[in-house]
Amino acid sequence: MNWNTLLFGVFPYIALTLAVVVTAYRMAYRPFSVSAQSSQLLEQKRLFYGSIAMHWGLVLVLLGHLLALLIPKGLLLWNAVPLRLYLLEITGLGLGLWALVGTWVLLTRRLSVARVRAASTSMDYLVLVVILVSALSGVLTALLYRFGSYWFPAVMTPYLWSIFTLQPRPELIADLPFWTQLHVFNFWVFLAVFPFSRLVHIITVPLGYVLRPWQIVIWVRKLAR
Amino acid sequence: MKVRTHMSMLFHLDKCIGCHTCSIACKNLWTDRKGAEYMWWNNVETRPGAGYPTGWEDQDRFKGGWEYKDGHLDLRLHSRTQGLFRLFFNPALPSIDDYYDPYTFRYSDLFTSPEGEDQPTAVPVSMITGEVMTPTSGPNWDDDLGGSPLYAQNDPNLKGLDPEVRAQLSEIEGVVFQYLPRICNHCLNPGCVAACPTGAIYKRAEDGVVLVNENKCKAWRMCVAACPYKKVYYNWATGKSEKCILCFPRLETGQAPACAHSCVGRIRYMGVLLYDADRIPEAAMVPDDQLVESQLGIILDPFDPEVIAAAKAEGIDDGWIKAAQNSPIYKFVKVWRLAFPLHPEYRTLAMMFYVPPLSPVVSTLEKALRASQGKEGLVRLDIPETDLDFEVYESLERARMPVKYLANLFTAGNESLVVPALKKMLAVRILKRQESLEGGVTEKALRVLQDAGLTLEEAEAIYRLTTLPTLEERFVLPPYHREMAAEVWKDPLAHKGETGFGYIQPPLRGE
Ligand code: HEM
Ligand code: SF4
Ligand code: SF4
Repeated sequence: MNWNTLLFGVFPYIALTLAVVVTAYRMAYRPFSVSAQSSQLLEQKRLFYGSIAMHWGLVLVLLGHLLALLIPKGLLLWNAVPLRLYLLEITGLGLGLWALVGTWVLLTRRLSVARVRAASTSMDYLVLVVILVSALSGVLTALLYRFGSYWFPAVMTPYLWSIFTLQPRPELIADLPFWTQLHVFNFWVFLAVFPFSRLVHIITVPLGYVLRPWQIVIWVRKLAR
Repeated sequence: MKVRTHMSMLFHLDKCIGCHTCSIACKNLWTDRKGAEYMWWNNVETRPGAGYPTGWEDQDRFKGGWEYKDGHLDLRLHSRTQGLFRLFFNPALPSIDDYYDPYTFRYSDLFTSPEGEDQPTAVPVSMITGEVMTPTSGPNWDDDLGGSPLYAQNDPNLKGLDPEVRAQLSEIEGVVFQYLPRICNHCLNPGCVAACPTGAIYKRAEDGVVLVNENKCKAWRMCVAACPYKKVYYNWATGKSEKCILCFPRLETGQAPACAHSCVGRIRYMGVLLYDADRIPEAAMVPDDQLVESQLGIILDPFDPEVIAAAKAEGIDDGWIKAAQNSPIYKFVKVWRLAFPLHPEYRTLAMMFYVPPLSPVVSTLEKALRASQGKEGLVRLDIPETDLDFEVYESLERARMPVKYLANLFTAGNESLVVPALKKMLAVRILKRQESLEGGVTEKALRVLQDAGLTLEEAEAIYRLTTLPTLEERFVLPPYHREMAAEVWKDPLAHKGETGFGYIQPPLRGE
């Protein structure tokens, strides 16, 4: 087995298994541990700049990746007009840079604000480093190897589907440049870290709030019966 | 009519001595833990003053409670979609400095310091970072200095007061203040519940206690901002919100809440109220000056056969109905109309009630009387104290603790509700003073009693419940039938001494 197979053909399955199994266990049996672990009480200003930038940047870029994964043909059609390609690339790059800056702000904040440091675990730092690597390698890929949105459907979409359909084709990644390989590998690291960190908060987005009534009243006795 | 039962507490402010025993009882029982050091589920404020967290009543900044506009009742904090968009950063959240940096003292220095010329001291250290610090604020930082212009001027309740009256409040040798103990109000229309995107906070139908489900809470911390009383706290170590639980484990075992039980001044009462859950929205949707009336309107008469029948139809047992009939809260709030919710204008329909204070009422009046006699300064009045009572009664609008101030606290500025309550209390005081000190009651005192709208029997009942109640009269606790409750699944001994929350995994943060 060579490195390519190990990192891009085997490790993804370890990461995915951890992400699914441990997250499910944690949600079901350790619900008290599931939390976004906000540190806003302890520091506000730098969180404002860091958190908003990192989150909006990441959420939108991730949604973009998801679209490219689900409807690669649509992406290619969209890119058929050069102006639209430029628009997409510039937006993507902008969001990526925004996320990068935001993550940097959050990492330095966590390291330098004494109160936030006191409330941090090593996992909190690790998560930020992983995201920083993700954003950095992503932005570099976008800058150096134009145009991502053009070749993603040709390389990444088949690779990711090959993993999800249990017919891994790691060789698709083998010839990609270093930064891009790092970006892909780092995503699997992200998934492996996911269930053991505060990252689980991502799947607890409370969209149901839009529908639920304002007040919640519970009969404790009736629950007991 | 949908009858439900509610456990309510009543604070008789005329008796509060500001000793903080309640706060300590609660702290020792529930919040003496990592991440909770800064929390005071029960706190006592000196008023006028800025309170804890500092300036909590400033809703332009903290966005707590509900807003009633154009026939709609909306959270001041956010609409549902806005709430989702503000998850990453909640602009209205208070920061730890709005409360205070919790501190302890490094007592070990007292033992380990090397021998020297000076007495060793225990330096203050932050309970968050462990670093040496200089405390610059605390939960009772302005204790007893409430009248000083430094703190008191920031009190939002001073709005609408004449500049002259405001100046008098902080006059040298004439400083006036009162105490305001606060716990969660276990509201009927809670802002905290409505603001939680996850739906982790709920109100118990059986007794109205508002609780945070620690397993569901995800640290979106909207509740902290949306509670206008700032009575939800975020635990930075566990990443969960926490609040006063009305000591439900004590209530369920027939004991009064710790803060009430420990109260030295015996100012706290505990009892059942029946209310009509169907009419909650309409009670919260009336103009400011009618809010107290509308809230009292949905609190039901426990002697009314119709109410009793409806209560039984809802499955409320006889023990609770009986407790509601004996409830001291019902008497103070509905029968005698002596007590009010705190800041009804927040429209959360707070279910803890306050009897406004009377004690410091006299001195402005003394001054006014002195001036009319051509005297100045601190000359004692030569009218007998008993007559002074009558003078106060006649001119409450010039009272030392301005009626407007009390109205801003308890009736959304509606003085016409506070004045009758103060008059009743004064009338009882005059009557009982004459009875016990002068051996007989004068015609004048009886006229005052009548003017205040009280019969002799009522006056006697108010007097007894105010000054001489036994423990059982202060705390009329209903049978919880714990044997039927969900909680019997859990081993109380295993939970005792944990945290009251039953951690599965102890919090590791901040170790
Ligand atoms: C869309 C749904 C999401 C929501 C509602 C959400 C919400 C939050 C909240 C409330 C915090 C706490 C901020 C604070 O300290 O007050 C947080 C922190 C964090 N989130 Fe998210 N998040 C989301 C998605 C994501 C995604 C997609 C990522 C990464 C890929 C992410 C990574 C992080 C990280 C690393 C932190 C810790 C920041 C720090 O160290 O201070 N989140 N998130
Ligand atoms: S006072 Fe208590 S019940 Fe009311 S909004 Fe605040 S935390 Fe919720
Ligand atoms: S009722 Fe209990 S939990 Fe609530 S403030 Fe009082 S002592 Fe604390």
